[in-house]
Amino acid sequence: MSLADLTIAEAAKGLRRGAFGARELIDAVLERAAKTEAELHAYLTIDHEGAREAAARADEELASGVDRGPLHGIPVALKDNLCTEGLETTCASQILAGYHPPYDATAVRKLREAGAIPVGKTNLDEFAMGSSTENSAYGPTRNPWDTDRVPGGSSGGSAAAVAAGSALGALGSDTGGSIRQPAALCGLVGMKPTYGLVSRYGLVAFASSLDQIGPITRTVEDAILLLEAIAGHDPADATSWAGELPDFRSELGRGVEGLRIGIVEELSGDGYEPAVLAAVDAMVSSLEAEGARVQEVSLPTFDVALSAYYLIAPAEASANLARFDGVRYGLRVPGATTEEMMARTRAEGFGPEVIRRILLGTYALSAGYYDAFYGQAHRVRTLITRDFARAYEQVDVLVSPTSPTVAFPVGARTEDPLAMYLSDICTIPSNLAGHPAISIPIGLDPAGLPIGFQVMAPALSEPLLFRVAAEVERLASFDARPEVVTP
Amino acid sequence: MTWEPVIGIEVHVELRTDSKMFCGCAVSFGEEPNVNVCPVCLGLPGSLPVPNRRAIEWITEIGLALNCQISPVSVFHRKNYFYADLPKNYQISQYDVPVAHDGWLEITVDGETRRIGIERAHMEEDTGKSIHLGGGGRIHSAEATLLDFNRAGVPLVEVVSRPDLRSAVEARVYAQELRALVAELGVSDARLEEGSIRFDANVSVRRRGTDEFGTKVEIKNMNSFRSLERAIDFEIRRQVDVLDGGGELVQETRHWDEEAGVTRGMRTKEGSSDYRYFTEPDLVPMVIDDAWQAEIRAAMPELPADRRARYLSLGVDPQTAGALVGAPPAFRRLFDEAVDAGADAKAAANWITGELVAWARREEVDPAEVAVTGAGLAELVAMVAAAELSASAAKDVLDGMARGEGSAREVAERRDLLQITDRGALEAVVDEVLAEHPDAVERYRSGEAKVVGFLVGQVMRASGGKADPRAVNELIRSKLDET
Repeated sequence: MSLADLTIAEAAKGLRRGAFGARELIDAVLERAAKTEAELHAYLTIDHEGAREAAARADEELASGVDRGPLHGIPVALKDNLCTEGLETTCASQILAGYHPPYDATAVRKLREAGAIPVGKTNLDEFAMGSSTENSAYGPTRNPWDTDRVPGGSSGGSAAAVAAGSALGALGSDTGGSIRQPAALCGLVGMKPTYGLVSRYGLVAFASSLDQIGPITRTVEDAILLLEAIAGHDPADATSWAGELPDFRSELGRGVEGLRIGIVEELSGDGYEPAVLAAVDAMVSSLEAEGARVQEVSLPTFDVALSAYYLIAPAEASANLARFDGVRYGLRVPGATTEEMMARTRAEGFGPEVIRRILLGTYALSAGYYDAFYGQAHRVRTLITRDFARAYEQVDVLVSPTSPTVAFPVGARTEDPLAMYLSDICTIPSNLAGHPAISIPIGLDPAGLPIGFQVMAPALSEPLLFRVAAEVERLASFDARPEVVTP
Repeated sequence: MTWEPVIGIEVHVELRTDSKMFCGCAVSFGEEPNVNVCPVCLGLPGSLPVPNRRAIEWITEIGLALNCQISPVSVFHRKNYFYADLPKNYQISQYDVPVAHDGWLEITVDGETRRIGIERAHMEEDTGKSIHLGGGGRIHSAEATLLDFNRAGVPLVEVVSRPDLRSAVEARVYAQELRALVAELGVSDARLEEGSIRFDANVSVRRRGTDEFGTKVEIKNMNSFRSLERAIDFEIRRQVDVLDGGGELVQETRHWDEEAGVTRGMRTKEGSSDYRYFTEPDLVPMVIDDAWQAEIRAAMPELPADRRARYLSLGVDPQTAGALVGAPPAFRRLFDEAVDAGADAKAAANWITGELVAWARREEVDPAEVAVTGAGLAELVAMVAAAELSASAAKDVLDGMARGEGSAREVAERRDLLQITDRGALEAVVDEVLAEHPDAVERYRSGEAKVVGFLVGQVMRASGGKADPRAVNELIRSKLDET
C-alpha cells in the first residue's frame, strides 16, 4: 500500500512515529497524481514546487518539535473556487484564466496555519454550477471508480483526488449538495457544515446565502480533523457564526441507542435507483438493530425545494458573477465601448450553464417577476425551514440517500439540465435551511459503484451529526477502493 | 403664472469615517489614484463586506437630526447595474427598510418658516471615479477611460426629501440647511467642490390648485448652491414653456450645463432602469436597538432647532434667538459662558447679536479672537442693569473688552465711563441746575410738566454724560414736587 492511501489520521500517526516524513508523503501523493491525472483530470493546477517546499518545512518543524497538530504535513486538495495567494484560481472558467489572487481564503489560511500542504487546485463545474464536473471550461473530471462515469459535482475534482489518492483529504464547497453528492458518487465522506460555521471569505461566491466550505475525506474522523481546522468565527465574514463552536467530538462513541431517526418520506420513490434505496434501507435496519428508534417523517415542502433552489441560487449568482466584466482582472475581450467590451468578455468567458443560470436569476429578480419567482422562492425557503423544525420535534436526525442514483455516465445528462438538477434533490433542503448534513459511503451497487447515505441534523448539531455518521461508518465497514488505486 | 413648481431634492453625503463602509481602507481625498484599495473595495473574487459601525452611528445621527424614525432593524440590498467604476457591478445600498425615514427639516425663506418632509435617509457605498481621456472628457467620444477606486466603498448617505419644495430658492435654502446640518454634526466634510456632498433635483410643474404631479425630470451636475438654484429655475421655465406651447414633457435625466446656463437631456437611451434589488446575502440585518440609539443621541452635538428652543426657554426673544442660533460658534459659546456666569440671558444675547457680531465684522476680527469672556459679559450686563453704565457707555466698554483692555469695570474706569450712582453727588448737581434755572422751575410748577426734559438735559450736560437719565428724572420730579 502506498502512503497516498492512508487516511489523514493514519498519516498523522505515521509522521509522528517517524515511519515516514512529510516529503515522502507528498512524493507518494504526487506520484499517484502523475499516474492518474491523465485519465481523471481531478486537478486544474498542481503546485509541485510549493507542496514539496511546504513538506520540507513540515519535516523540519516536526523534527525540531514544532507540531501544528494532526494536519501538519498532510497533503490536501483545494477546490479551485477557493482563493489561494499567488496560485492560479479559475473557478474552472475561461473568464478567470490566469487569475492569481492576492490573498488566501480564510479556510485556506487556516489549513496552512495548521500545517496542511495544499497539493493543488481541483476541477469543478464552472463557478460550482453543476452536479457532474462536466461544466468545466478545462474539460471534465472522471470518476476513479469507473472512468466512463462522472465523479459528481460540483466538487468532483476534490472527490476524485481523494478517491484516487492524489490527496489525503480535500476542501469542497456545497451550495446545493456539491460536497455530499460527489462524495457519495466517489465512495467518500463529504460534509456540509452549518451555514456560517466556516468563513466564506475567499470562496468565490456562487449563491452567498447557501454556500459553505466543507471537507471531503475517506473517513468521518478525517472530516472532523479538517473541520476542526477551518471552522470558527471570521471577522471578515459578516455571516460567520460568532458564538461558541460546538465540540465536534463531544458525542462520538455514544452509539445510536434510543436515538430517534427519521426517514424522509419525500426522498424516495420514482427516480431513485433500487440499489440505492436497498442500501439505505439496509443501513436503517442496522441502525435500528443498534437500538435506534426509526420512523418515517414527512416534510411536504421538500417537493418544491428544488424549484425554490433554482430561483434563489441563480438570482444570487446573477449578482455575484456581475463583477466578472473584464475591467479589473481576468479575461478581457476588446470592444468599441466599455459596454461592448463587458458584453463580449462575458459572452466568451462564461460557459453555457453559467450563462443559463445568470439569465434565470436575472429574470427571477426582474421588475414584475420578482414576486412570482424570487419572492415566492423565499417564502418556500421559510416553509422548508419550518418543516425541518417540525420534523426535529419528532426525531433527532433525518436520513435519506445522498443522491437518487450512483455515478452516471459522462454525457448522460449534459443535454438535459433538468435531469442534472435532479441529482441534488436530496441535498438541497439542508442548504436552504442552513443545516449541517453529511454523506457516508455505505456500499456498492451491483456494478461496483459507491452509494452514499445522508444524515441531516439541526443547525449547530455537528456533534450529533458526527456521532451518527461515525456509527453509520462503523456499521457499513465500507473499505472498498477504486481500481486505479490498486494497479 | 398658472404653473406651480414641485421640487424634491436627493442629497448624497460622503461620511468622513476613518475607513470605508465595508473594508478597512482609508477614506481620504486627493490621493494618488488606486492607493486606498483592497480585495473588498475592488470587488475581487471571494471578498466579503463587513459594515462600518461608525458609519451606521453617523447615519443614525443624521436621521435623528432630521427628525426621522430610526428603523430598529434595517436591511442592506444589492442594487444591480453595470458600470466600469462600480467594482462589483452592484452597489450595496438599502431599499425597502432604510435606516431612517419620515422626518423633516425646517427652512426659512422670506421670513416664512416651513417644514420640508424627509422621505428617507439610507446607507450605501460610493462608486469609483471614471476619467475619460480624449473626446472632450465625455464617455461616448472618449478614447480611453481610466479608473480610480480610492472613492469606491466610501460610506455614502442618501437623503431624499419629499416633493415639498415650491421654488428654486426654497430648494437652494433646503440644500444649504442640510449641508449646514451635516457639517454641524461633523460627520462629513460636506464640500461641494470635492463632491463630498452632491445634490440632484427632481423637478416638475403642475397647474396651481391641482394635487396631481406633472412629469418629473431629474437634474444632475450642479456643483454649487448657485448652480442648483439656477438649474432649477431654468428647468421650471423650460417645462412651463413646453407646456404653454402645447408640448409634452418626457420623464428623463438632464444635465446642468453651467456655462451655457441650460439643462440638457442626456442623449443615451434610458430604458426604465430595473435595478433588481434583493437582500444582500453577505450581510445580516442591522439592528439599532433603543439602547444604541440613546447612546448615539447622547453623543450628538446640540442641533440648531434644539439650540433655538433652549434660548427661548432662557427668555431670549424669538428674533434674537434666531440670530444667535446662526451666530459663529465662538459667540454661541460666549453666550453660554455668560449665562453660566450669571448674566441675564436676554441681555447677553442682545449684546452678542446686536453689538459683538457687528463689532467683529467691522474690525475684521475672527469671533474666536474676540477677547470678551463670559464672566466679562456677565459683569457688563450687571453694570448696565445697576445703572452703572449707560447704554452708549456700555458699547464703549464692550469695545475695550473686545480689544482685551480688561474687565468691564476696568475698561469703564480707564475710559471714565461710569455713571454717577452716588445719590449725594447727583443731588448736588441737580440742586445746582435747579438753582441756575428758576424760570424752568416756575413753568413746571405752573403745570408745564414737559419742562422736566429740559432740566434732565441740563443735568446730563453738567455731569459730563455720566449721570443716569432715569435717576436724574426721578430726582428732579421729587425735588420739584416736594415743595
